[in-house]
Amino acid sequence: MTDIKIKITDREGVTHEVDAPTDMNMNLMEVVRSYELAPEGTIGVCGGMAMCASCQCYVKSEHNLPEKSDDEDAMLAEAFYVEDNSRLGCQIRMTEDLNGLEVELAPES
Amino acid sequence: MIKTDILIIGAGPTGLFAVFEAGLLKLKCHLIDALPQAGGQCSEIYPKKPIYDIPGFPEVLAGELVDNLMEQIKPFQPGFTLGERAETIKKLDDGTFVVTTNKGTEHHAPIIAIAGGLGSFEPRKPLLENIADFEDKGVAYMIKDPEVYRNKKVVIAGGGDSALDWSIFLADIASEVTLVHRRNEFRGALDSVEKVQHLKNAGKINLITPAEIVGLKGDGKLEAVMVRKTTDAVEDIILEVDNFIPLFGLSPKLGPIADWGLEIEKNAIKVDNTLDYQTNIPGIYAIGDVNTYPGKLKLILCGFHEATLMCQSAYQRLYPDKKYVLKYTTVGGINGFDGSKKEAPKAVVKAID
Repeated sequence: MTDIKIKITDREGVTHEVDAPTDMNMNLMEVVRSYELAPEGTIGVCGGMAMCASCQCYVKSEHNLPEKSDDEDAMLAEAFYVEDNSRLGCQIRMTEDLNGLEVELAPES
Repeated sequence: MIKTDILIIGAGPTGLFAVFEAGLLKLKCHLIDALPQAGGQCSEIYPKKPIYDIPGFPEVLAGELVDNLMEQIKPFQPGFTLGERAETIKKLDDGTFVVTTNKGTEHHAPIIAIAGGLGSFEPRKPLLENIADFEDKGVAYMIKDPEVYRNKKVVIAGGGDSALDWSIFLADIASEVTLVHRRNEFRGALDSVEKVQHLKNAGKINLITPAEIVGLKGDGKLEAVMVRKTTDAVEDIILEVDNFIPLFGLSPKLGPIADWGLEIEKNAIKVDNTLDYQTNIPGIYAIGDVNTYPGKLKLILCGFHEATLMCQSAYQRLYPDKKYVLKYTTVGGINGFDGSKKEAPKAVVKAID
């Protein structure tokens, strides 16, 4: 297993290219937190249960992401600033086929 | 003015357990929480979700954990100020503190324990430009007194349990209830979804889905909302209403505590983890998810440990001349402030013939 490269644009519009491990059962929200790309307390509030939408992001690349679960879909239905390419970072697990993924964090709400 | 030994800000699992540890030391506690019920995140965000890392509980629902803690601390008769947010703190000349809530309730205590988690839960407000103009003039983000809506035309937005439950409740009180949600599917207890279906069929709830509120109109107070169907490009519906209640959940904000002169780092309060979780202001402690120190883990079980050490330190601060010897609950039992007593049964000594 190897690290993958992903590009994350933070809420200030700055893009960071970071290495994300695929062998630590990490999701995108946790990657953002581990690199401190959003202030603590403003992302991953529910801890990754798809219950707060604080990790909402827009997927900018053409990767095939796993389908949304009912939980994720329902949470996005109640979130703000939602676009067609909105996903919850906590529901996207880091796997090798996501190498090169580009995402942008949605505004805090 | 409410007087107590330890004033705990935040009634989540850490704050609740602090009542128990304080009780063993015969210290009385009072808790303040912005939410209308105890339990913090466990009650508000994920009451039906299981937790697997509470020592001794292979699996426990977050809501059950709160119920158990409430039962465990009952003998120590904690006081509660719920539905109010701790707003200001004042240090008196004798070193004690007065904490005042947003509703003006005053609390006086020599020790403050901030167990505020990620902060106080504030309603998430929909992104409508003029919504602030109608706050308390037809727009409310929380229902405090349902009677306000008697014989009124009410529109509720949201797709979770609170949107469903309040639509059901208000169907009997308001003259007209409209529920607007962005999807056809609702995420809530199946029972509530079915009830709304029945009320819709009976004509008691007007359901508009998939749709959202896109505008508010009124002069001095709310008079109408604009509803946009999200599927087909039909014209916006103008709905005459007296009240609009958006229920899109709550998000935590550290809030006024951030201005209390405490050292803050990464949205959390810095504490001395080598000793007692005291902040830079002597007499004010921070325990649980709200604090930070090298190696901090935001876990309920860590909060329990922090609460325990904090209480010992608080005791020493209140009674500097007393020597405290740790006594196991199995040995000392539980002596409630309510006169209740719990103790380990005595072994039976009986001779064998």
